[in-house]
Order: sequence, then C-alpha cells, then structure tokens
Amino acid sequence: MSFNFPILSWITFLPIIGMIAILLIPTGKDENAKKRSHLIFRWTTVATTFIQLILAVIIYMNYNPAMKGITDVNTFQFVEKFTWIKAAFPMVGEIKIEYFLGLDGMSVPMVLLTAIVVFVASFTSFGISKQVKGYFMMYLLLDTGMMGVFGALDFFLFYVFWEVMLLPMYFLIGIWGGPRKEYAAIKFFIYTLLGSVFMLLVMIGLYFTFGTFNLIEMTNATKIIQGSIFSGLDTNWRYIGFIALFIGFAIKVPAFPFHTWLPDAHVEAPTAISVILAGVLLKMGAYGMLRIAFPIFPDSVGYFQYLIALIGTISIVYGALCALGQHKVGKRDFKKMIAYSSVSHMGYVLLGMASMRPEGISGAIFQMFNHGTITAMLFMIVGVIYDRSHTRGLDEFGGLANKMPIYTGVMAIAFFAAIGLPGMSGFISEAFIFLGSFQTFPVLTIISGLGIVLGAAYMLWALQRVFFGKENEKWAGPWDPTHTKYKTDDINGLELTALVPLAIIIIYLGINPGPMIDIMSASVNHFVDYMQPFVKIGGSLLGGM
Amino acid sequence: MSIGLNHYLILSAILFSLGIFAVISRKNAIMVLMGLELVLNSANINFIAFAKFGGMNIDGHIAAIFVIILAAAEAAIALAIVLNIYQNYKHVNVDEIDKLKE
Amino acid sequence: MTPENLLNIAILITLLPLLSFLINIFFGKKLGKVSSYIGTTIMGIDLILAVTVFVSKVFNTWSEYLVQNADKSLTYLASDAMVQLKYNWFSFGRLNVQVGIGIDNLAAIMLVVVTLISFLVHLFSTEYMAGDKRFPRFYAYLGIFTFSMLGIVIANNFLFMYSFWELVGLSSYLLIGFWYEKDSASNAAKKAFLTNRIGDLGFFSGIMILFFTYGTFMYDEIFGKMATGLIPFDSGTMLTVAGILVFMGAVGKSAQFPLHVWLPDAMEGPTPVSALIHAATMVAAGVYLVAKVFPMLTADALLVVAYTGAITAFIAATIALTQNDFKKVLAYSTVSQLGYMIMSIGVGSYMTGFFHLLTHAWFKAALFLGSGSVIHQMHHSAHHFHDHHTDPQDIRNMGGLRKTMPWTYATFLFATMAISGVPLTSGFLSKDGILAGTMAFGNLTGHWLIPIIGFSAAAMTAFYMFRLTIVSFHGDFKTKIAEHTSENKFVIVFPLVLLVVLSLWFWYSPNPFDANAGWFAHKLAAPKTAVPANLQWDFLLTEEQKTAYAEKTSKAAEAKANIKEALPATAEGTELHKEAVAPEANQGAKEAAATESKAVGELGHQENDLAKASEHKAEEVKTEAHTTETAAVKEEHKTGEAAVAAHGATTHEAGNAHAEAGTHGGGHYVNKFAEEMHHFHVPAMILSLIIAGCGIGFSFLMYQFKLFNPDALANSLRPLYNLSYNKWYFDEIYQATIIAFTVGFGKVLAIFDNKVIDGIVNLTGWFTKLVGHITAIFDNVVIDGLVNLLAKVTSLFGAMIRKVQTGRVQSYVAFVIIAIIMLVYFLK
Repeated sequence: MSFNFPILSWITFLPIIGMIAILLIPTGKDENAKKRSHLIFRWTTVATTFIQLILAVIIYMNYNPAMKGITDVNTFQFVEKFTWIKAAFPMVGEIKIEYFLGLDGMSVPMVLLTAIVVFVASFTSFGISKQVKGYFMMYLLLDTGMMGVFGALDFFLFYVFWEVMLLPMYFLIGIWGGPRKEYAAIKFFIYTLLGSVFMLLVMIGLYFTFGTFNLIEMTNATKIIQGSIFSGLDTNWRYIGFIALFIGFAIKVPAFPFHTWLPDAHVEAPTAISVILAGVLLKMGAYGMLRIAFPIFPDSVGYFQYLIALIGTISIVYGALCALGQHKVGKRDFKKMIAYSSVSHMGYVLLGMASMRPEGISGAIFQMFNHGTITAMLFMIVGVIYDRSHTRGLDEFGGLANKMPIYTGVMAIAFFAAIGLPGMSGFISEAFIFLGSFQTFPVLTIISGLGIVLGAAYMLWALQRVFFGKENEKWAGPWDPTHTKYKTDDINGLELTALVPLAIIIIYLGINPGPMIDIMSASVNHFVDYMQPFVKIGGSLLGGM
Repeated sequence: MSIGLNHYLILSAILFSLGIFAVISRKNAIMVLMGLELVLNSANINFIAFAKFGGMNIDGHIAAIFVIILAAAEAAIALAIVLNIYQNYKHVNVDEIDKLKE
Repeated sequence: MTPENLLNIAILITLLPLLSFLINIFFGKKLGKVSSYIGTTIMGIDLILAVTVFVSKVFNTWSEYLVQNADKSLTYLASDAMVQLKYNWFSFGRLNVQVGIGIDNLAAIMLVVVTLISFLVHLFSTEYMAGDKRFPRFYAYLGIFTFSMLGIVIANNFLFMYSFWELVGLSSYLLIGFWYEKDSASNAAKKAFLTNRIGDLGFFSGIMILFFTYGTFMYDEIFGKMATGLIPFDSGTMLTVAGILVFMGAVGKSAQFPLHVWLPDAMEGPTPVSALIHAATMVAAGVYLVAKVFPMLTADALLVVAYTGAITAFIAATIALTQNDFKKVLAYSTVSQLGYMIMSIGVGSYMTGFFHLLTHAWFKAALFLGSGSVIHQMHHSAHHFHDHHTDPQDIRNMGGLRKTMPWTYATFLFATMAISGVPLTSGFLSKDGILAGTMAFGNLTGHWLIPIIGFSAAAMTAFYMFRLTIVSFHGDFKTKIAEHTSENKFVIVFPLVLLVVLSLWFWYSPNPFDANAGWFAHKLAAPKTAVPANLQWDFLLTEEQKTAYAEKTSKAAEAKANIKEALPATAEGTELHKEAVAPEANQGAKEAAATESKAVGELGHQENDLAKASEHKAEEVKTEAHTTETAAVKEEHKTGEAAVAAHGATTHEAGNAHAEAGTHGGGHYVNKFAEEMHHFHVPAMILSLIIAGCGIGFSFLMYQFKLFNPDALANSLRPLYNLSYNKWYFDEIYQATIIAFTVGFGKVLAIFDNKVIDGIVNLTGWFTKLVGHITAIFDNVVIDGLVNLLAKVTSLFGAMIRKVQTGRVQSYVAFVIIAIIMLVYFLK
C-alpha cells in the first residue's frame, strides 16, 4: 500500500506538538489552579502518546511483511526522503544530509514497542509532583528522540535523534530522580556521550568512505571510494571502526563491561523513566548494532563474531549472578536487581544476534520487544510499592500476597514472564535465541543456559521475600490511613490501566508469536543472507566453541 | 523674480536648523517636541519642492502626506511619553532626565 | 471416530481444566464454595471425554490417513501407532515451527490416568480443603495443573512438551507454596522449581541438539530421520549425549538421583496436591517422557537411564525405612518407585515401566489420599484439644487408627499390599515384569547389579510400607488425638475405594500372575528403536533391523571404495587447476608490473582471463570427480531410506508380534530381549514373592509382634541409621557445595561489579576530575589571567570613554549632528 501521508514524521514529531502545547499552557498560581493545570499536562501527554500509539498500530497494520528492507532501499516502507542540509565546504566538498525516514522488519517492532511503552509509562508519571510542566515537556522530547532513532535511515539524522534523546534523559534523572540523582544522571550522560563520540568519529570516517550519510548505501560495498579510510575488507581500520561503533552501542545495551551506569540510573530514576530506560533505551543499542554496525562492517562482524557472542554469554551469566548477589550483599534494592536482570536479558539479545541464524536474530529482535514489555512491567510493579512505602528494600517487605492479592497476581505474571515461562512471550524469544545460537556457538549457548536457572533463582527469591512468608509488622496497617490517596491497600485502577495491557501483550505473544515474527522474518532472512558470506554459521560442536 | 527650487530649499534649511536648535537647546520637553515637528516639516517642504521642480510628480506629495501622518502619530506617542515623564518626575526638564546613563 | 474428532476431543479435554482455572481465578472470590463444584464438574466431564478417547484409540485400529488444509498449515495424520495433527505455529520465513498434538496408546492411557486422579482429587478436596481462606484459588491451581499435565500428555513434539513441562513446574510451584505464609512451604516451592529448572536446562540442551540436527521438534520426524542414519554431529557419542540431556528433564521432574531432593520437601503442599502431583501424575511425566523418546536412546544412554533409576530406587528406599513423617515415607516411596519405572525403561523393558507408572498411579494416589484422610482427622482432632504442638503427621503419634477409620484402613492396607507386590494386585503384575526385565538385562549384558538393586529395593519397599501401616493403624492409640479421630465423609472415602478397586489385577490381565496375558501388554509394545544399529543394544534390535544394517554397512563400504576411486580424479583435477592458474596469472601480473603502462596492464587482464578459463576447465574435471562421488553417496542414501520405510511400516506390527509372542510363549520373538524376559518371568516371580514376603514378615515381626526392638537395631547400626534418617545428607551437601558456591560467587561478583568495574569507572571519573582541577588552576592563573588583563585594559578605556555618556538625549542628538556634519564633510 502506498502511503502518501507522512506518517513517520507525524509519529516522530507529534510529541513535539504536545510539548509545545504544554509549554503554552500556564501553570496555575494558587493550589487549585495548579492542580488543574497539572491534570491538563498529564492528560495532554497521555493524549499525545495515545495518538502516537494509534499511528504505530496503523503502521503495523499497513506494513507489508513481504518486503525485506535492510540493504535494499526500494523495499523500505513509509519512506520519507528529502535533502535536509546541503552545503559546500572548502576542502571537504559538498556535504549532503538527508532527512530520510523509513521502516523495515527490524524497526517496526521497535516503533511499536516505543509507542506502547511511552503510552503506558505516561500513566506511571502521574505521581510526579515537582515541576510537572518541565517533566512532561522533557518526557515528550525524549519520546521524539527515541522514535526518530528507530525511523532514521540517514546516519547523521540518526545521530541527531540519538543526541536529542540524551539530553531530556539527563534532566529527567537529574531533576526528578532519587537521592543520588546527580551522580546517576552525570554517569549516564557521560557514559552515553562517550559512546556518541565513538559513533561520531566512525560516522565521519564512513562519510569519507562512502560520500554519503545514507545508511542503506553504506551497506553497498561497490560505493566505497578507493583509498578511503574504511576501504578494503578486513583491514585494521575497518576493525577499529567496527569496535568503536560496537562500543558505542554496547554501552547503551548495556553489555558487560560497559553496564555499570545502568544499575545507578535505574535505581535513581523515577519509575516512569526507569520504565522507558529499560523498555526502550536499551533496545536502541542493540538496534543500532543491527541497523548500522553489523551491515556496514560485515567483515568485522565475521572477525569478532565469537567475541560478540562471548560478551553476550558473559552478560547473561554475570548479570544473573550479580542479580542473585544483590540478595546477599549490601542494601538489597529491588530496582537494582531488575537492572542486573536487564543486563542478563540483553545478553540474550547479543547472543542471538551473533548467531547469524534467522531463528537467533528473530529471537533477538523479539526478545528486545519482550524485554521492553516485561521489564516495563517489573519497574512499574516496583513503582507501585515504592509509592506506598517509600522504600525498595527487598528485605523490608514480606507477606504482601495477603495484603495485595491482585497486585501479587500481576506481579507473578511479570516475574514468570521474566523467568521465561512458556505461555509468555519471553519464552519464545529466549528459546529461539538459544536454538539459533546453538547452531553457531554450541558451547557458549549451553553455558548461557545457566542464565535460565539463575534467572529463576533470583526472581523466585525476590518473589518469596516480598510476597510470601509473614507480613512485615512495619506495614501492618493500611498504606494510607486517611484513605485519600489509596482507597484500598491493593493496586489501584490507574496502575492497573498501565499494567494490564502489558500483561495481555505478553501473554498473547506467548501463545501466538506469529504476528510479531512474521513482521520481521523477511527482513531477518535477508539480513542473514547478506551477512552470510562474511560470518560463521552452524558447524561442528567444538570447532567454533 | 520667480520663486525657484533654491528658495524652497533655503527655507527648508532654515526651518531644519531652527528645529535642530530647538531640539538641542530647549530644556522643556514640549519645546523639544516642537523642534522635532519643525525638522519634519522642513523635510516636507523639500518633498513638495522636489515634487514640483524635480519631476517627481505625485510621489513627493504622497511622501509628504506620509510624513505628516507619521508626525501625528509620533506626536501622540511622544506626548504620552512626556505625560508619563511628568507623572514620574513632576517636571519635564530634559536636562535632569538622565536615566539613560545608567 | 474420525481422527479429526478424536483430536478435537483431546484438545477439548486439555482446555476444559484451563477454563476451570480462568473461572476460579477471576471469579473465585464471588463463587466461594461453588468454585469446587465447578472444578469438579468440569473434571468429571473431562474424565468422560478422556475415557471416550481412550476406548476409541486403544481398542480400534486406525488406517493410514493424511489430510491437509489448503495452505498445508494444518495436517492430520493417523496410523495405528499415533493419531496426530501438525500445525504451523509460526514461521521464520524459511523455517516453519511446527507444533501439534498426537494421541498414541501411551497418551490415551495417560489421559485417563490424569483426568481420573485429578477428578478424584477435586472431589476429595471439597471436604479436605473446606474452610481454607483461599479455597477457590486452590481449585484454580488444580485446574491449571491439570491443563498443563494434559498438555504434556498430548504433545507430539519437543517444543510443546517442554512448554507444558515448564507450566507443570509452575503449577507445582503454586501448589507446593499454597500455604505461603509458612516459610517452609515457600522454600519448598522455590526448591522444587529451581531443581526442576536444572533438569530442564539439560532437557532444553538436548532439544537444541536435536533441533540443530533435524530442524524440527516433531517426534516422528526426528525418529524417522534418525532411522535413516542422520545423527547429531555425525557422532554416536553426541546422540547418546542428546539422549542423556533429554533424560535430564525426566531426572528433574521424576525426582531421580541426584535431583530427587525437592520431592520430599514438596510434601509441604496440601495432601491432595501431593496425591495428584507428587505421586501419580506430574512426577510420572518424567517416565512418560523417557517412554516417548525411547526410540532415540542409544545403548549407552539407556544404561545411564537404567543406573540412574536403580540408584534412585535404592537410595530412596533406604531413606524411607527410617522416616517418621507419614507423608515423607510416602514421598520417598514415590521416589523409589519412580526409580523403578525409569530403571525398567532403561533396561529396555518399555511396557513394564509404563505399566508400573499406571498401576503405581492408582495405588500411590490411594495411599496419599489415605494419608490425607488420616491427617485431616488428626488435624481436626488436634484442633479439638487445642493442641498445636503435636505433629499430626508424625506416625509415632498415631496408632490404632484401624478402629476409628476402618474404610481408610482397609483401602490403605490394600494399596500397601499393591505397592509391596502381593499377588492379585496390579502392583504385583507390574513389579514382577520390571524385575524379570532387569534380570533379562543382567543376563544379556552382565550388569547384574541392576536386578540386585531391584530386588533389594522391593524388599525394603515391602518392609517400610508395612511398617507405616502397622505403626499408624495397628496397635493401641498412642495419643488421645488419635483416639478422638473418626471416619471421614463419603467424598473422601469414595476416591479411596475407587482407586483400590482399580488396583486389582483383572483390569489389566485375566491371569493374576502374568501381565502378558492382558490387553495392556498387547497395546503397549515397545516401539522400535530409531538409533543406528551399531549404537544400540544388539538384543533390542529386530531381525529385519539387523539385516538392514548389515546390508547398509556393506553398501557403505562399497560407496567408500567408489569415493576412493574418485579421489585420484579429484586430486588430478586440483593439480591441473593449479598448474593452469599459477604460471599464467603470475606472468600477467609480472608483465604488468614491469612495463607500468596501461596497454600492458590490459594485456595482463587478458592473461588473467586466460588463466580463469583454464581454471574453469580444471573445475570441470573436478565436477566430474564429484559426480562420481555423489553417485556413491546417493546409493548409500537410498539404502538408508529403505531402512526408514521398513522402520515405519513394521514398528507397530513388530510390536504386536512381540506381545503375542510373549503371550503364547511360542517360538518367535521380536527380539532377543523379549525372549530372555519370557525366560526370566517365572524365576523373577518366585524371587519377588519370597523377597516381598520377607519384607512384610520382618515388618510384622518388628512392629506388630515386637520380636525385635527397632530402636535396639537402630542403635547397633547407628551410622547407617543416621545416614538413612538424614536422607544421605543430600540437602546438606548441596547446601554446602552448589548453593553456597553459586550464592557466594554471585556475592563476589556483585562486590566485584560494585568495587572493581564500577570502581574503574569512578576512578576514571576521579582522574578526569583531577586533570580537570589541574587544568582549572592553570586556567585560572594563566589563561584567565591574560583574559582578565585584557579585560582590565578594556575597562580602563571604557571608564575614560564613559564620560561621554551623559544620559541626556539632547547631548546625544548633538553628537549625532556633529557626526553627520563630519561625515558629510569628510566623505565629500
């Protein structure tokens, strides 16, 4: 279907419109007016993100899964392309930057995920009471940045959106965060910026190699300008370029050993921002690898394939062990545990991508989507008790199952989804990542399997600590004795509104993953074909380890 | 002796000089304003004169009318400013109004 | 019944308990007591449907049948062996992920077992669980458990099997931890889930190997391809490893050594749950799995299976000897009996293993429900006396219950006889078969340890089961709590009676001393192995398989010879190619370099083309060589295909033949093992009777007639007694090694992450800051100094010029005019 309506631009810049709307609405002076204006800010955000979600669903419905994308510029869909900046410089020559948006099977799930997570997290943001106007403006700006990253097909444009997303995140953690918010925000910012610098350098190098910022043309080896920095396959410069890009994205994933910003950022960020951080931002790293680092440097991927898989494996086991270790050492923070579980779960994504098998890569993209929804749920769930008790200490609860039965039910769904229980989406993706990666890296895959056991261990441990056993006397009474903020002890309607849709998505995709797998399969197969000459696929048991 | 372009220009120059003199030397703001009016009118005379002798046809007249309208508007605003100054300082002596210095 | 209908009913059977779950979980609070009626009714309907499926599958013949819908996404297949459907769940473009369900005789019988026991447990629980504050939740959990268990039963592929496998783990987790206020319960639930996960990791690794090799999850396709000789990594060892890994799943779920530790702890769950999950159905899933994958287990894998089962049977039996908790004894006896079943399949006695699963399901459910009946009464009675210290599950507090609870006693005694292997019970039939199988195995392979363990476990089983019965039901009341008990209501007694009736022999065989005379043995003949003949026990192969294999080997040798002939041709081709390419290309390149001119460069190109052409020629030669080679390989393949066809066609017939041969004792046996088993039937029977009699007699002497003092015996064997009483210290060992290591390692890593990795990050930050400080000082003093100097100079000038600014508009105007005049003057 031809689509003349510039839907991608709309979905990307719609939040900016919402942001301007919020900017123009004044905050009330007295208490009542203030409350009213806060309400307006919230619902403007909800409305904006809701329209965005509808657009994302329209995109999903109209996407033609038979078209492959990846390296073939003609099979991208919803394409918008025109020259954005065109300037001649002395020495450098003419620089042409395009406003080039388009989607293929890898980006559609991400766009959908972003729309879902942002919409859902906007409900979670209702609890923000400090500088509400600024918060929602930053929130929507962040939204634009994220959408743009997934839609951009021009490296420069990609970079711009990447940076656009960075700044609001800094403020959202730094202003609305917890006690060590400044530290966490700075750490996040500098870490990501470091990655951006690597990316920028490679981007410039690539420009001199291809004479364009167009990501699709960069996958075409015939366009390489002879004698340029990244010309010639399997040269040291290409390896360096790949490594730099890889580090840039690995920081975002985050993969071991670039992950330490994540626990801090998660712990300090407000709930909704943790949700977005885990739900969408981490995916950008993996997406960047699939969209940029891998197709542009296929030879280097072949060279470092084992290393990438190894990093994936280490992340899986290391993240799981650290999450388990959280229970025994220092302050046992609920959010920190989930942060480490994210490291572990994103390790699966790396492993699946390194496998270069259709099952593995589809599994990895599917895992990105699932991790987005599942971890979003987990963070919201932590947010629910944090809002009530103002603590996230795993040891400070107990017996909540009796106090909050519905909450416990929702929680159990999220926990078991994170464990990878069949019937939930996480199982399908993890299983097929393993089935794919086993064909390339049998030994690493079996080691990674430990992650399944360890994952169950820390999740069940937390479940038991918080929900089972005797009720902690500290919370014996109702959460809110006056019954103004929380009418009952159990989870309230607003929180359920945010959680239930995610639970439904998780279970639906667990039973019927077809709709999501179909969307990406043509692209993934094409991707695998394209990478095939360069990488190792399948093989003997011990040959590739 | 017929009256030529030079006569008009001389008249205009005299008017202009008188106006500038008033603007610079007068202490009363109202007087300064009146000096300004003189300057504007001297310009008008020039316009009309050139329209008649310089082959500008109707254009000069139109310009003059614009200037007159402008002058009216300017006078209105300027008088409002002067009134405000009066309210603030209880006088309109421009020598003592040197807030711009700050 | 058409295959479609059969399968639709099977799906309905599976989904009905899910409906029960959904109703009870969402509307449970409103339903209250009604939820039990809903659950029980649904299970009743389910049971009727299951019996329908069972009768039409097992007692009908099914002709070959194949129906596909238009886009081939849904396929119905039927043969006598299995009625199944395959469905394209989703696809990765080129790879279709197929799932589906299949009903073979195994599954049809299992459907009845699961639904019947589940129905009885539902019924039993209406009374047993009455008054629990989460009563509807209990029924919801029972529903989801039954759903997932039935899913395991009807799966015809590894993916579904694994999925429901895990879901069963979940429902077991929920039910063990049903009383989660108790720490022991939630710990036990966690332990069960995690222990199972370890087994599942192995199971999944096995599935990965199989999927990697065969590209499908379907049992029949995997076995079919395996029978053609396609094995993982072309290595028999890897096939064995795959088999053992898949078996690991069974080790976890069926509580086999060394992962058996969770099952006794799982008794923290409500007793009906123990009966349903931890005795009759879920733990049997492991045995069911091994039975399903039996065709792919190699000789080595089977040996591992057999020894695992034997070790488990032995260890668990020794532990059960000394336990005092009513349910713990039963739990260990379950572990021991599961070991029996696994051992039976491991030695190749497929039918008896599954037969024991079936008979054990009835009498063990009866035992557990009987224990539930006792504990229910003890609990009430203890409640009556406001006694919260006496453990209502400790058999030392019981005694004399025979008088107050006659129905429970009678059924319990009969079930005890069944498990001990007293004639006229179903347990005798199945146990006798297993022992005969182990003896046959011992005779054929020299692994006599297995039958020895088998018999000693049988003796211990008889002993400790009668010890349990005598101590708790005979003699005098040991406490007033026991005295105050009374018989339970109909809904509790009825399931006991029904299960005991099912434990009589005539359901399975008209001859109480020979199972082979009954329908069961006919309908459940061992499937033919799909493993290449050189990897399988010789005695498990049929004659056709052996001849096919011999033919294949000779053909393969021939093909190899062909390849060898072809090899020189290939070598020649390669050499030709080399000769052709090397000099000419070199020359071209050299010339091009020497003259450094375009024209010559072109010449070089031409030369290159020439070289390429000659390369092409060489290639052709090579291809020819290849063709010869492929022809040889193809021939080999054809042989393989023939073998598959033979395999498929004869599996069932052969099975039937085997059974019949067994029954009539006539000369023709399907394989050596069947013959040997027939020979050992009578010796095994006599031996097992003697041994069970000894166990029972000893038990009576010690506990009923008090001829020996058990405590004195325990004292004289103190170290052994302690070992048994403390469950061989498995929990302690695991706690001290694996768990401590994992947790410790996690702790160390968490600290490492916090201090080292994050430390490096922070150090980098600190160092950057330090450099920043130094730079800042430099900046402040030097750079800023210069700037400040500049600024000072500037401001000095400014101060001078400033005077001009009077603030008076008139002076500004004057400046302007002067300026204009000067401009006019200078520019003129």
